[in-house]
Amino acid sequence: MGDHSHGSPDDSGTVAKAGAGDLDKFQDPGLPPHRKRLADTDPHAEKRAERQVALLFIISIIGTLSFFIAYFVLGRPEDISEIRLQNAMLGLGTTFAMLGIGIGIVHWAKTLMPDHEISELRHEIRPEADRQDAEQIINQVVEEMGIARRPLIRNTLIGAIALAPIPAIFMFRDLDRSGKNAGAMVEQLRHTMWDTNVRLTRDPSGTPIKAADVQLGSVFHVIPEGLNDLEDPLNEKAKAVVLLMRLDPALMHVSEERKDWHHDGIVAYSKICTHVGCPVALYEQQTHHLLCPCHQSTFDLTQECKVIFGPAGRPLPQLPITVDSDGFLVAQSDFHEPVGPSYWERGSN
Amino acid sequence: MSTTTEYTPKTSTGRIANFVDSRVGGSAMVKEFGRKIFPDHWSFMFGEVALYTFVLLLISGTFLTFFFDPSMTHVIYDGSYNPLKGIGMSAAMSSTMDISFDVRGGLFMRQVHHWSALLFVASVSVHMLRVFFTGAFRKPRELNWVVGGLLLIMAMAAGFTGYSLPDDLLSGNGLRIIDGVIKSIPLVGTYISLFLFGGEFPGTVVIARLYSLHIMIVPAIILLLVAVHLFMVVVHKHTQYPGPGRTNDNVVGFPVGPVYAAKAGGFFFIVFGIVALISGLFTINPIWNYGPYDPSPVSAGTQPDWYIGFVDGALRLMPGTLGNFSLDWNIPLPWGDNSLVLNVLLPALVPAGIMFTIMFTWPWIERWVTKDEREHHLLDRPRNAPFRTGMGVAGVVSYCVMWAAASSDLIATHFHVSLNDVTYWLRALFFIGPIVGFIVARRIALSLQRKDREIVLHGRETGVIQMSPEGTFTERHEPLDPYKLHQLVNYEDRQYIPAQPDAAGHISADEKRRGALSRFFFEDRVAPVTPSELAAQHAAHGHGPAEIEDSSTESIEK
Repeated sequence: MGDHSHGSPDDSGTVAKAGAGDLDKFQDPGLPPHRKRLADTDPHAEKRAERQVALLFIISIIGTLSFFIAYFVLGRPEDISEIRLQNAMLGLGTTFAMLGIGIGIVHWAKTLMPDHEISELRHEIRPEADRQDAEQIINQVVEEMGIARRPLIRNTLIGAIALAPIPAIFMFRDLDRSGKNAGAMVEQLRHTMWDTNVRLTRDPSGTPIKAADVQLGSVFHVIPEGLNDLEDPLNEKAKAVVLLMRLDPALMHVSEERKDWHHDGIVAYSKICTHVGCPVALYEQQTHHLLCPCHQSTFDLTQECKVIFGPAGRPLPQLPITVDSDGFLVAQSDFHEPVGPSYWERGSN
Repeated sequence: MSTTTEYTPKTSTGRIANFVDSRVGGSAMVKEFGRKIFPDHWSFMFGEVALYTFVLLLISGTFLTFFFDPSMTHVIYDGSYNPLKGIGMSAAMSSTMDISFDVRGGLFMRQVHHWSALLFVASVSVHMLRVFFTGAFRKPRELNWVVGGLLLIMAMAAGFTGYSLPDDLLSGNGLRIIDGVIKSIPLVGTYISLFLFGGEFPGTVVIARLYSLHIMIVPAIILLLVAVHLFMVVVHKHTQYPGPGRTNDNVVGFPVGPVYAAKAGGFFFIVFGIVALISGLFTINPIWNYGPYDPSPVSAGTQPDWYIGFVDGALRLMPGTLGNFSLDWNIPLPWGDNSLVLNVLLPALVPAGIMFTIMFTWPWIERWVTKDEREHHLLDRPRNAPFRTGMGVAGVVSYCVMWAAASSDLIATHFHVSLNDVTYWLRALFFIGPIVGFIVARRIALSLQRKDREIVLHGRETGVIQMSPEGTFTERHEPLDPYKLHQLVNYEDRQYIPAQPDAAGHISADEKRRGALSRFFFEDRVAPVTPSELAAQHAAHGHGPAEIEDSSTESIEK
């Protein structure tokens, strides 16, 4: 390494000095002498190269034929291993068909076509005289239009052109097919299917869950009762899915306003991550942590699903639950806040 | 137009040419392109790979459109694949299953399409790296660099709109993430999401809408940009690597007809063959394993397609809270609270935004710092532009840290380390990595330049050991031939240009900043060997052409 702190560029002896640099330069020796290939001098080598190219083309023909064999002989395969085999055979047939042509042509070009490098001069992209002419023409066009002299025309035209595209933007209003007004559109993000006395049922079967069935340490994937009867259940499901777990009430830190939201240690939390909406599908039974497999946001079940790691910024919303007279778990109400990823209007009421 | 012609074709080629030319005029084009010279180098092939994979995408994509039904209508699957028989899914998923299992060669075409897409974005990216590191973006090619950047963005858009079309569980969760990111945009995000999905996520229209974009607008824009891109390549002529006989004023290479056309045309078939090989042997996107989209299940350890990985990784790296402050920020405003979702908004927009801004403006930044207004048709070897190589590596490192972060869970499970630790390390690397990358890459480039100087001044090592009369062993060095020597001394020697006063003698703040950057970039540099230096070296040693290696090499840096 050189010493950077002393001396100046002028005395290090390694810096091309201004002015002298252009003169003190190695001369370009020009293109290196052309070296002949074997096929240029030896007729046997030339013949051999020719045969190699032809062989590659023949391999291509065989490849194409083997494609047909795979297509017709294997017919319409039924089970997955046959389909896999057919796919591999079709792929290999195409591979040989294409590589045979490609490598053949390139080999032909490299061994038999002339390999003299040719030097061609670059020319100016566009002569500067053209630029002056262009400038003059544009000025003349502008002048003949008289747009600078007639501000009334200019300004009204600008106004008209500025307004004209706006209807095109409004045309996109009906991309939303719900027919709701703007406020109602956003408002629907606030509500889910959950309501007073809606039973918690298993996902995907839809069978209700008895409180007594929920063992300590167990976890249930839950949907609201009636979800499967909807004509298009995915929209509701995307908001309403819930995780149901039971843990030792002694481990839970329950805030005052949520003290009757759980039933004997059985708690229900939204399964939709507050980060960008993936299902928070992993429950670590030992640590009582919920982990989102998409971006690893980690929520602590014992602290009302507070975020303890990862990119989520809010706890998972809790669904207040209780049991009905038959001993089945039911919701007390809807979630008290919007579930899923945050959005601009989320905080306002 | 005259009815008689003086030119009488003698060959059948001539007759065809005469027919075409007298009707549409193609001879001028043949005259212009038929023997046009293209320089040859393996690194110029990345752009070709990009073009050819795009052709493959058009071919395989057209085939797929004949069988694909972009509808989210609920159907019961009744195809050949038994495990999913009787399961409810969208028509899009069902038709994709049919393409895979009930159309002969359909699975192959799907895989060709998906692998080509991955390769397309990859080759565009590598091509851009080649252009960057060799300085091919310099005047007069700045605009073509911008077109290339737009092509990269459009390639990612094409990939993204196509990725979700099968409506399977994996891509559905990807779409859900996109929905979450869109919703984080202040003021308009919620509405964009609701309009895109035709209501709430997932709705019943988004697949058809993505399909329209994927098969019409996006490929049309790509085609247009490719045409502009290639047109500009013809206008500018191709750049070439420096070497003996290659100057800024000439192009040395092979004529289009026949050599270059044969090589480039043959290369298309080679690319096709390799894609076919991969598609025949390696499964990609096995939607039958994932099942139809359902908002409740998700599989652990899933990865997005590679080119979206850096955004996904950025989303993972961002902490949701800083101390007690939640970045999912509720701002109390006079009309009520609004949410500014910084923990999603910042990682989704800022790194990609910075990357593309620097990328697009770099030709102008470099021109401004170097005050270099000349045209450049000769490329730089990356070592001969240490500042640029350093900047490029810094960018690559920052991209790769985010990219690696998209696999943080897999890194943790494969290497049996804590997921949290992986994330903490990657967060630190995100800030430190690019700086270290810049310094290390620049130092390596400078060292390689010094090595080149060394070789020029001392000759090449022959491997012949000589014993002197005193009994010391030394290695014999041979002087370089003039062609090799020219290769090593002929490069642009960029120097620090201090801030210059303007006509009034005033140095503007802008110029001072430029001076500081110029100092930062060019203070340390290695000058090419000059003939007088080489002569001085030979004279000092007095050994003539074959000289003895001197272990105390002089300082050549400053």
